[in-house]
Amino acid sequence: MIEVLNFGLAALILGLAVWTVVAREAPAAVVGFIVYGLLLTLVWLQLQGIDVALTEAAIGGGLTGVLLISAAVRLRSTESTARAQRPGASTRWLAAALSAAVTGALAICVLALPEPAPTLAPQVLANIAVTEVGNPITAVLLAFRAMDTLLEAIVLLFALIGVWSLAPDRAWGGRPGLLQQADGNGMLAYVARVLPPIGIVAGIYIFWIGADHPGGKFQGATLLAAMWLLVMMAGLVDAPSINRRWLRWLLVAGPLAFIAVGVLGAVTAGAFLSYPQGYAKTLILVIEFALMPTLTLVLGLMLLGAPLRGEAP
Amino acid sequence: MKLFLDLWTLVGVLAGAFFFFAGTVGLLRFPDSLTRLHALSKADNLGLGLVVLGLLPQMDSVAAGIKLVGIWLLVLLSGATAAQWIARTLRQSGPGP
Amino acid sequence: MAEFLVGAAVFILAMVALGLMRILRGPGDADRIMAAQLLGTGGVAAVLLLGAASGEAATADIALTLALLAAFAAFAFVKAKLGQATGESRPTDSQ
Repeated sequence: MIEVLNFGLAALILGLAVWTVVAREAPAAVVGFIVYGLLLTLVWLQLQGIDVALTEAAIGGGLTGVLLISAAVRLRSTESTARAQRPGASTRWLAAALSAAVTGALAICVLALPEPAPTLAPQVLANIAVTEVGNPITAVLLAFRAMDTLLEAIVLLFALIGVWSLAPDRAWGGRPGLLQQADGNGMLAYVARVLPPIGIVAGIYIFWIGADHPGGKFQGATLLAAMWLLVMMAGLVDAPSINRRWLRWLLVAGPLAFIAVGVLGAVTAGAFLSYPQGYAKTLILVIEFALMPTLTLVLGLMLLGAPLRGEAP
Repeated sequence: MKLFLDLWTLVGVLAGAFFFFAGTVGLLRFPDSLTRLHALSKADNLGLGLVVLGLLPQMDSVAAGIKLVGIWLLVLLSGATAAQWIARTLRQSGPGP
Repeated sequence: MAEFLVGAAVFILAMVALGLMRILRGPGDADRIMAAQLLGTGGVAAVLLLGAASGEAATADIALTLALLAAFAAFAFVKAKLGQATGESRPTDSQ
């Protein structure tokens, strides 16, 4: 039965991938992509990557989907022009051949791996007691490879600045997104009042259990960002203008705290981002608490887009 | 006791799967958007609800069971409001083909 | 029991695949949004079933995240596509 499930999933995913590529209009392709994300969550589940499945469900399904749909809606007016400029058949065949070649190379590499595949997992599990966290993923992300996580947080900030740079000159420093009228029907306003408390509790819960069970700050931050976006969509709260001091402070607080902990480690334990004996859990918590608001803001602001409205008087 | 619990799971999950089936068939075959919406909400409420009910005996703790029921209530809430909203918008712009 | 639960998950996935047809054909955006909702709920059910089959307790968290984000995505879509039709959310004039 498991084989049926796995084959079924693989077939569905391949079919969806083909459909996403050949779909005529952007919104149809986006929907295909979102379902693809949902199925990938199940694949990760089957591969026993629970943390990855959590992240895929949060980001691949929800957040990226909304990002793409709003992009597709915004691009609707330019669809006909884009279609007129579509590359010729030979270019597309070349692209298809190239993609197939890369896929083939990847498949050969994976299939040619020795049995059992080389992995550092046993070493992680052997040394995990030192980090005082129970979840090996968290231990890798925030202890053994904390440097990567720090750089990733900084890259996210740069991405946000990149999105902001798309603002028209007169709107710089203003509020992103269009002003949302509070829904006349009241339906969205109702949901935006009832769902976010539940979502916030769920987000904090998933953040908190990330220490010992699958979860962590990234998935938790995604949930919090989604709830914030929901409230803004309903018009109950307006988007903050991007030159607000508190916003900018919160955005850099995460990476700054991370770097501070790293310097502390360099001073007390001999290397940047190493943790002094016995303080590992505390420092990891400090980093996570500082990164949570940063990540939430970054994710929410990236979905809102570039500032479109100048500062309201 | 174990036999009874397993039987409960069997019945619950089968019933839930049936409602998913019914909802999907409705979504595919009903003649217009509003009726399809009706079929969809059956899958949401009853399909997932019966599956959750069936899975409760398989959980190892009461907390896990409560979490499952919580997930169902969440889906119920969002499904119901989304259905209401879609229905209202359809009614405003005409039900369509 | 585990076999049965996985089988049920396969069945629900098959329903999800069928629901995709409605996304393909669905005249009008509302039908597509509805099909997407069915997929979301089906996905939650499948995740719960697979989690119970494998005995891994953390999969309920995946289902929770999926449920919350599917709700968020559904409302975002409805607002984006149907809100467009009814002419909501105009930009205010910028200073």
